[in-house]
Amino acid sequence: MKSTQINIGSTLCRPDALLKVSGTAKFAVDYYGQDYIWAGVKRASIPHGTLKNVDCSKALKVPGVLTVLTHKDIHGTNRQGVVKKDQPVLVDDKIRHCGDAVALVLAETKSALAEGLVAVRTDTKELQPVKDVMSALKPGSPLVHENNAKGNILLAGEIAVGKSLAALKECDVVVEARFETQRQEHAYLETENGWARLDDKGRIEIVCSTQTPFRDRIEVAEALGMDPENIRIIVPNVGGAFGGKDGITVQSLLALAAQHSNGRPVKMWWDREESFLASAKRHPCMMAYRLGAKLDGTLHFLDVDIILDTGPYDHLGGVVLALAMEHSGGPYRIPNGLIRGRCVYTNNPVGGAFRGFGVTQVTSAIERAMDLLAEKMGMDRLELRLKNALKAGDRNFVGKTLTTSTGIIECLETLSRHKLWKQKSSWKCGVPPFKRRGIGISATMHASGYGPVVPDYANAKLELTTRGSFRIYCGVVDMGQGNTTANIQIVGSLLNQPIEKMEVVLPDTDKTLPSGSASASRCTYTFGNALISGAKIMQERLCQKAADLMMIKDSNEFSMIPGAIRHLPTNREIRLETIARIMDSSEKTVTAYFRAPVATDSVTDDKNLRLHGIPHNLFSYSANLAYVEVDEITGKVAVADYLTVSDCGNVMNPQIYEQQIQGGVCQGLGLALYEDFETLDGRIITKDFSTYLAPTSMDIPDIQSVALGIHEPTGPFGAKGIGEISTNGPLPTIANAIFDATGYMFDKSPITPEAILDALNINLSG
Amino acid sequence: MISNLLISFELNGKEIHIEAQPDRRVIDLLREDLGLTGPKESCGRGDCGSCSILVDGFVRLSCLMLAVQLNGRKIVTIEGLYGPKGLLHPVQDLFVELGALQCGFCTPGMIMTIIDLLNSNPRPSRDEIREAISGNICRCGAYQKILDAVETISERVSQR
Repeated sequence: MKSTQINIGSTLCRPDALLKVSGTAKFAVDYYGQDYIWAGVKRASIPHGTLKNVDCSKALKVPGVLTVLTHKDIHGTNRQGVVKKDQPVLVDDKIRHCGDAVALVLAETKSALAEGLVAVRTDTKELQPVKDVMSALKPGSPLVHENNAKGNILLAGEIAVGKSLAALKECDVVVEARFETQRQEHAYLETENGWARLDDKGRIEIVCSTQTPFRDRIEVAEALGMDPENIRIIVPNVGGAFGGKDGITVQSLLALAAQHSNGRPVKMWWDREESFLASAKRHPCMMAYRLGAKLDGTLHFLDVDIILDTGPYDHLGGVVLALAMEHSGGPYRIPNGLIRGRCVYTNNPVGGAFRGFGVTQVTSAIERAMDLLAEKMGMDRLELRLKNALKAGDRNFVGKTLTTSTGIIECLETLSRHKLWKQKSSWKCGVPPFKRRGIGISATMHASGYGPVVPDYANAKLELTTRGSFRIYCGVVDMGQGNTTANIQIVGSLLNQPIEKMEVVLPDTDKTLPSGSASASRCTYTFGNALISGAKIMQERLCQKAADLMMIKDSNEFSMIPGAIRHLPTNREIRLETIARIMDSSEKTVTAYFRAPVATDSVTDDKNLRLHGIPHNLFSYSANLAYVEVDEITGKVAVADYLTVSDCGNVMNPQIYEQQIQGGVCQGLGLALYEDFETLDGRIITKDFSTYLAPTSMDIPDIQSVALGIHEPTGPFGAKGIGEISTNGPLPTIANAIFDATGYMFDKSPITPEAILDALNINLSG
Repeated sequence: MISNLLISFELNGKEIHIEAQPDRRVIDLLREDLGLTGPKESCGRGDCGSCSILVDGFVRLSCLMLAVQLNGRKIVTIEGLYGPKGLLHPVQDLFVELGALQCGFCTPGMIMTIIDLLNSNPRPSRDEIREAISGNICRCGAYQKILDAVETISERVSQR
């Protein structure tokens, strides 16, 4: 087998792909084990109510049912949550959404489990559901949490920019619009699941599909009253997550089940309907925008009001709101304005993290407002954006001075030179009968990391094995985005070792080190930087060891070559396995810590907004373009072409970079045109893939990706986050293209054929 | 309780004789009884294609089939797929080379669907590939690279 050299900046085929194509990659769902049993959850099925009693007697008589557990069996706080711990493991007082867990059934088989779950009887008193944000905010509305000081408001904030509202009257042109984005379901193909067992020393081992093993461990321990040391969380390959596994799903339930299974392994695997019912979603969002400019097109004022439907629990709702507020002005210089945001409790499904994390919603608003402004001013859309685009040293809308690489102007300029922009008129001219063609663009930015307060750090661990290979202990989950491959590239290139000398240990709280969540476009930035330090320490240590062995004073005369260390003046070499054999195990392992730099700007006095992440320090940027063709007869929108020009720093692996762009665009197009997770009075009416339309191969065009590769000095090999930015572009780009094609700016998504036909009929009759 | 039925079939080249409940689904038989965890379940009702396997050479959804329907048939799962030299099948090779996957959960089903396509149409066009895999959801959105991979195979066949 030929040895594969590893470089930064060129494609290294993902080592996990080899396992995934052959069906040998292990996911949490693939764990069964000897003598395992099934655990399942009885769901509330009503959006709001008081739980008076859970009657387990009938369920316990079902053959094969082993036990039924309720909140009375929980000996901890019975509360979970990332910021505010307000979500019960098993309901103990009130039911706050249909997906609330009320009882846990353990059974010998899946069929006994299904029968047992039906047989569990709940005695509830239904309360009037808080069915949407507007009714939640009305005085006298029922309360989702009676003890919440701010009624149904989880988090509210306000940031005045410059002269605030007083600058409105200084504008020559103002556009005003309201936008509404829908609830989006992650729909990862691997639904929430896990496997757990209690060992004879009282420790619980949980294998599960999660983005946050170390935080999960602490949450489970608190909720169940356990010592965190007695919980081990292992994360094998993850079948997609996109933010939906950033927070507890099955973990506490599985640990509770394992406490009552007499040492037998317990398996839990939510089916699709249960996943849809109980999992967190992208927040539905209402946005009121007033955008004002001077006559020459200089943006002068923006007034934003954002309301998120966060469902009944905090989850990450407050943090999503803060990131939405921070990005509400897009990648532009806007000196004055007001940002208001409210995150509101309802009895709808839980709102949580979803790739784009609030930025997706507000980007769709500011970018549509920009097109409305350009239209009103008779100005070219691209010119308006270029005129106002941020550059390093500017303050963004929230007031943060941009001190890291800022490539939005280059993105827009590159787009302006692209053939799709240049050929737009001729493409529009070629429109066939009964169709309309339009071109849309958008500009986006996306922060990475946790913000100024919550420490964004990683601990890398690297070991030289006795076989002379390097074992990377990955502390951050790879749910498919490919950061594990980036880790291999970092170590392989710095230590000059081929792929055959690389091993990885996937996240495991017993083996790898705490490194934060796989979220916030931070994985490769934060963990990668830690790993770079670790690899350098390893290199110095090994060269010193080689120098000592050869009794040569200067370790700088040594260099690492594939499989060995060479003394350059004499060409003498020592094999890595030889060195490994004489080193103590403590010497063969290095650890290194990295903490991401944070913004020191004071943009708000509101400590709570700072805690929730405002402002960030590092941003990725993109400019997007779409060609759409609207069918006048069917209302169907076909996306003919889509281009993303991105500044996500230096490109470490072109293939994985493209995967991230294409994947994010795909989910963004789903949001723009197809996906809608619908509820009616708190009850879910979108229960499967026949009604929840995740894009298929027929819906997604080939996507062109241009990466600018601008070096970011603080990034690992100059890289920035790429996980989320591409999700933010499609909705505004498509909406703007449809605006160009039809003259109708859609303010609600998804933009369905029905909505198109309604609009076209209005236009025809008008 | 209805008694178990004895079923016999060929699975990845091996003869299997196994007892199964009349209502046992193929996906459960494969994963839980036969230890083949390559086929994945994601929707359980035929919407997503993750559980796709080959039955007598044709792609089928193992979440919608009952175990007894396998009697007398030849079954191939992702674990039983291999190329001319006993290594990876060219589709698998190109998936790796061109990065036609991310999380990999749809991959086993996606590949089986593509094998079925290539069996009936060794030189599919990009649009034909698009249509063939339209019943397999890839939530990571790897469609474009999947099309690239299969198109490369198609082109290689054409050049022969």
